[in-house]
Amino acid sequence: MSLALARAPITATDRARGRAADGPLVRLEAVGKTFANGTVALEGLDLAIGRHEFVSLLGPSGCGKSTALRLIAGLARPTRGRIRFEERLERGDVGFVFQEPTLMPWATVHENVRLPLRLQRIARRTAEAPVREALAMVGLAEFADAYPRELSGGMKMRVSIARALVTRPALLLMDEPFAALDEITRLKLNDDLLALWRAQSWTVVFVTHSVYESVYLSTRIVVMAARPGRIVADIPIDAPWPRDENFRTSDLYNTLCREVSAALRRAMAS
Amino acid sequence: MATTLEQPTTSLPGAASEAGETAARERVARILAPTAIALLVLIAWEALVRLQEIPHYILPAPSLVARELVDSWPILWPSLLITVQIATLALLAAVVGGVGLALLCSISKWIELSLFPYAVVLQVTPVVSIAPLILIYVDEPLTAVVLCAWIVAFFPILSNTMLGLASADHNLRDLFELYGAKRWQQLLLLRLPTALPYFLGGLRIAGGLSLIGAVVAEYVAGTAGTGTGLAFRVLEAQYRLNIPRMFAGLFLLAMTGVAIYLLFSALSWLLLHRWHESALGRER
Ligand SMILES: Nc1ncnc2c1ncn2[C@@H]1O[C@H](COP(=O)(O)OP(=O)(O)O)[C@@H](O)[C@H]1O
Ligand SMILES: [Mg+2]
Repeated sequence: MSLALARAPITATDRARGRAADGPLVRLEAVGKTFANGTVALEGLDLAIGRHEFVSLLGPSGCGKSTALRLIAGLARPTRGRIRFEERLERGDVGFVFQEPTLMPWATVHENVRLPLRLQRIARRTAEAPVREALAMVGLAEFADAYPRELSGGMKMRVSIARALVTRPALLLMDEPFAALDEITRLKLNDDLLALWRAQSWTVVFVTHSVYESVYLSTRIVVMAARPGRIVADIPIDAPWPRDENFRTSDLYNTLCREVSAALRRAMAS
Repeated sequence: MATTLEQPTTSLPGAASEAGETAARERVARILAPTAIALLVLIAWEALVRLQEIPHYILPAPSLVARELVDSWPILWPSLLITVQIATLALLAAVVGGVGLALLCSISKWIELSLFPYAVVLQVTPVVSIAPLILIYVDEPLTAVVLCAWIVAFFPILSNTMLGLASADHNLRDLFELYGAKRWQQLLLLRLPTALPYFLGGLRIAGGLSLIGAVVAEYVAGTAGTGTGLAFRVLEAQYRLNIPRMFAGLFLLAMTGVAIYLLFSALSWLLLHRWHESALGRER
């Protein structure tokens, strides 16, 4: 099962996708979040995410990665500080992929992917084309009428990604989307996600606890530490595109992984 | 390191037919095994009655009960229809009331706080003890009996539907919120489908309970009730020491209960077999 999209050749726009090339899309300013039970999940978080960046939030579990992502999505409110978007985002401009596929078991793959459009009261006929396109993007065109239980874990995750893509979001938030998958499936989905990101013009914020995954995917890695959740390192990953199996075995990749690992170790020690 | 590759879980044709055979064998066993038990018990019963020469007013032989069932069919059948009608009306009212109240409770915490305790009171008070009161206060006997049956059938539907409506996946709720879903959209597209299996579970219990409720009410009402239901016939047969007819009536009641259970199991399967764990066959 492979992506319907061919890998785009490197163009000038690819270079423009460097760090915050045309102003940040979203900016977290001194953001803090304290839960009702007193847990300080985040403290003094400053983070600007540029258009077309692929930012990974990397850190030990409990350091507030999910909380940060939910704040950006607007699913929770910051207790301190604020979150500013460059321009007003419409419904559907933000896509969210959870760690679990989070599909409606009673609905077919097609109906699951159509959900965001349905909630915006877009007519079934109008939704047909975008749903098909999103399914084709993740290579599941033939499975439109299947039910989630008939799919493997990796396929369910693809459906979940297609659902997030169907509204053509400007910002895609992913919370450890591949953590529950086996390694082979994960590597495959990493490649597919990268190809999609390079072909489309979104910004991705990707939460992970895997150093290797974050170095492979990102243009920038934000390392976080716990108690209270905060940013301890912000590492640009200036590795060339396209990234593939060769990159995974390159010296540069190894060097970067070592550097990020060291930052993560410092984060966990502090 | 995991080495499983992604695969669609549709099975190969060969495996499918093999699995089909196993399933078919299981279906046959499901019918054959209880039938065999029933036959054994009936034969033993028949033999016991004949060998010990037990009089039919103490324990009638199965053959005698069967003959009585055929002979008094013109009396028993219309009575059965009346009891089934009572149970059906009660169940319909229980579905409307139970689902309706569950929806109200899910919309407003205040409604839940103020009304749910009374639903519990209604549930824990034995219907046998309320039935005489209801029969006093409600003039129309049919209404009174239906009301009694409704009281027993109502609670499982209410509590199961409430549980189901509150069980929607948290991530899915977040997703609905992210896309700005309206309350009615969340109800229609998320809460109701989540609640369906729970509701059907409640319905299966309530189906049997509505029959029990109808029977209890008829017993309590006696001649003051509708006077023609199946439970009344059993009671009447008891007064007249017509023990074979008592057995025939009880047999019919039991079969009706089984039929109701099968009916709702089938309905459950029909609605859930594409997606819900409870209705999925396990393929190996
Ligand atoms: N709803 C909540 N109520 C109370 N504490 C929470 C809640 N959600 C998360 N936390 C706490 O906030 C901290 C950060 O959690 P989270 O953002 O989930 O971390 P991560 O995703 O990095 O593992 C943890 O200590 C967690 O226990
Ligand atoms: Mg998390």
